[in-house]
Amino acid sequence: MTSKSSEKTGSQSPGREEGGRRPEARSRRNFLRSSAALAGGGMLAAGTKAAAAPLAIPSIAHETGRPIPESVYGMPSKFEAHVARRRTDVFKNRQNWSDWSMSPLQHQPGIITPNGLIFERHHAGIPDIDPATHRLVIHGMVRQPLEFRMEDLVRYPSVSRFHFHECSGNGLTDWLKPASTTVQQTHGLLSGVLWTGVLASTLFEEAGVDPRGKWALFEGADSAGHARSIPLEKVMDDTIIAYAMNGERLRPENGYPVRAVMPGWEGNVSIKWLRRIKVGDQPWHLRSETARYTDPMPGGKWRQFSMVMEAKSVITNPSGGMDLKGPGFYEITGLAWSGNGKIRAVDVSVDGGKTWREAMLEGPVMDKCLTRFKAPWEWDGKPAVLMSRAVDSMGYVQPTVKDLQKTRAIVGFVQHHNAIQPWTVNAKGEVRNAIGQA
Amino acid sequence: MRSVKPELILACVAGALVLAGCAAGGGGMAAKTASGIPLGMTGPHEVAALPDRPKFGRPISEADIAPWNIDIRTPDGLGLPPGRGSVAEGKTVYDTKCIACHGADAKGGAMFGTMVGGIGSFTTNARVLTPGSMYPYAPIIFDYVRRAMPMDRPQSLSANEVYAVTAYLLNLNGLVPAGAVMDAASLTAVKMPNRDGFLIDDRPDSAATRCMSNCN
Ligand code: HEC
Repeated sequence: MTSKSSEKTGSQSPGREEGGRRPEARSRRNFLRSSAALAGGGMLAAGTKAAAAPLAIPSIAHETGRPIPESVYGMPSKFEAHVARRRTDVFKNRQNWSDWSMSPLQHQPGIITPNGLIFERHHAGIPDIDPATHRLVIHGMVRQPLEFRMEDLVRYPSVSRFHFHECSGNGLTDWLKPASTTVQQTHGLLSGVLWTGVLASTLFEEAGVDPRGKWALFEGADSAGHARSIPLEKVMDDTIIAYAMNGERLRPENGYPVRAVMPGWEGNVSIKWLRRIKVGDQPWHLRSETARYTDPMPGGKWRQFSMVMEAKSVITNPSGGMDLKGPGFYEITGLAWSGNGKIRAVDVSVDGGKTWREAMLEGPVMDKCLTRFKAPWEWDGKPAVLMSRAVDSMGYVQPTVKDLQKTRAIVGFVQHHNAIQPWTVNAKGEVRNAIGQA
Repeated sequence: MRSVKPELILACVAGALVLAGCAAGGGGMAAKTASGIPLGMTGPHEVAALPDRPKFGRPISEADIAPWNIDIRTPDGLGLPPGRGSVAEGKTVYDTKCIACHGADAKGGAMFGTMVGGIGSFTTNARVLTPGSMYPYAPIIFDYVRRAMPMDRPQSLSANEVYAVTAYLLNLNGLVPAGAVMDAASLTAVKMPNRDGFLIDDRPDSAATRCMSNCN
C-alpha cells in the first residue's frame, strides 16, 4: 500500500511466508476459517517479479557512520519525518492553546504509541513545570491534608500498567458524512501507553478519606486550571497518579511532572499537571462536566458523567488516503479497545457489513488496552468496503452510527463516537473514509 | 519492607465503598457508582502495587492550601468568595480584558464564538452552546472565569471583577436585569434555563448483535 501525497505507510510486510498466513495464526481455528473466507479461498498472487537490475553498492557502505555522541536523546530516522502528530485538517481552530493534535495511527505498528506521537488536548497550552518546585496536595474531606513533592511520589510502591488513552471527542468531525481523510484524523485522539506511577488509593488512604466523601475534584496546575469531579469508586479502583509513560518521565504535553490516569475513561478526566485533589460529598458540576464533555440527547437533553469509553475498533491499514498497489494479498490490521474490560473478539468485513469473519487478536490482550487485530485479505481488484467490529469482555458489540442514532442526538460536535468505521476501496485501489455512507 | 498476607494483595482496594463490580473479578459486570455512574470494568487488577503502605505525605493545613483552593461547588455556590460586582462594572472589565478575543457584547470575536443566546435552541438541530443556554448553575461562570480567563492572563482577576463580569454575561443572556449586582448569595440564586437539562449516563445504549452472514 502507498498513501496519497507525501505520506508513507510504515512497514507493510507483504507477508508472503507460508502462503500469507502468519505461523501463530494456524493455532486458531476460527482464524483459519476467516482467512480462507476473506481470501475468497483463492490462491495468492504468485507474481514474484524478477529484479530489474543488479544491486547497487550504496555510498554508505564506504563511509563510516555517525559516531556515538557522549550523551544524546535518540530521535527517529530523518526519513520518518512524515510520522508526526497533526492538528485537525477539518477546520481551522481560531487559537491553538485550547486545541488538540492527533496520533498517526496509520504508521503505528503494535499497541504502544511512542511518546512523541501521543495525542494532545490542552485547554491553555503546555506549561513547563519544574519538578523541584511542583506540589500535589490532597485535602477537603480527609483526616489529614497532605502535600506531596515529586521526590515523595516516586518513593511509593509503583505500578506500571498498559492502557489505551482516548479523548471523548475522538471522531467528532466524522459522524454522518466523511470530513477527515486519514485514520489519524478520524481516530487519532487515541494512544496506547504504559503508565507508571503510584495508585491514587495509596495516597487517599494515607490522607484518610472521611466516610462521607464520595467524589474527588482533580485539578491541573496549568493556566486553565482544568478540573473534573471523579467518583471515589473510580479513584480507589484503578486511578494512577502517574509520573512516567512508556519508560520515561511524562512529556510536558502529557502532564509533566505528574498527572492522573483514569483507565478506560474519557481522556479529559485524566488531569495533567496535577496539583490538587479535593475530596467532597458531591460533584462540583464545573464547565468541563456540564457545558462540555456531555452528550446531546433527544429532546434537548444532555447526558452527563459519561466517562467510560465503550468498545471500539478501527482498521488502520488499509485506511483513508492510502492506495492499494493492485490486487493481491493485504494484511488488514487495526486496533480495538474497551473501557469495559478486555477485547474478546474483532470481526472484519470486506463487503460493507454483509458478511463478517473473526480476525486474529495479536497478544497480549490486556484490560482497557489497545489490542491489535489482523486478518489476511486477498483483494480481487473490485470495489470493497472494509469494516471492523469489536466485542468486549462484557459481550458488548461495537455499534454502527445508525445504532447510536436510535438513542442519541447527533447534532454539533458529538462526543463518545464508538461506531464502526467503514473504508471504501475503489477499483483503482484508493481507500476512502465512508462514515455514514456505507 | 513489611511482610504481608498474600490475600491482602488481591483484596478489593475500594474498601468500604460500594462497588457493585468488585466481586466480579474484573469484566463481566457493569459496575456502577453509588450515584449510578457506570464505572466500566473494576478490579482486582492483574498488575498490583506492593501492599506496603509507607507514608511520605507531608501534613499541610487548609490555610496553606487556600491560595490554590479556588473551586466552587456550583449547585450551592460553596466556595464563592466574599465580594460583589455589578453589570455596569462588568461591562468595564469585559471591554478591557475580554473583548479582544470574545468580541463586543460577547457576540463572538477573534478567538471564540458567541457567549450569548442559544436559550431554547437545544430542541432544534442547531444547538447553540453558551454560558446562558448551557450552564445549569450560574456559579459555573464564576468558577470558570476565575480559573481560566482571560486566557492571556488567567487567574489574574479580583473576586469583585469576576463577580462583575459574571453579572455582565448573565445580563447579556437576559438572565439578570441591567441593575443586578452579583455576590455569593445572588449569583447562587440565579435560575439557569438548562438547570434540568442533564441525564446521568445510562449507557450502554445500543444493542448491536454479532451477525456474521446475511447481515444488512
Ligand atoms: C486571549 C483570548 C481570550 C481572552 C482575552 C478571554 N478569553 Fe474567554 N475564552 C477564550 C477561548 C479560546 C475560550 C474557549 C476555551 C476552551 O473551550 O477551552 C474562552 C472561553 C470562555 C468562556 C466559556 C464560554 C462557554 O461557552 O462555555 C467564558 C465564560 C469566557 N471565556 C469568559 C471570558 C472573560 C470574562 C474574559 C475577560 C475577563 C475572557 N474570557 C477573556 C479566549 C479568551
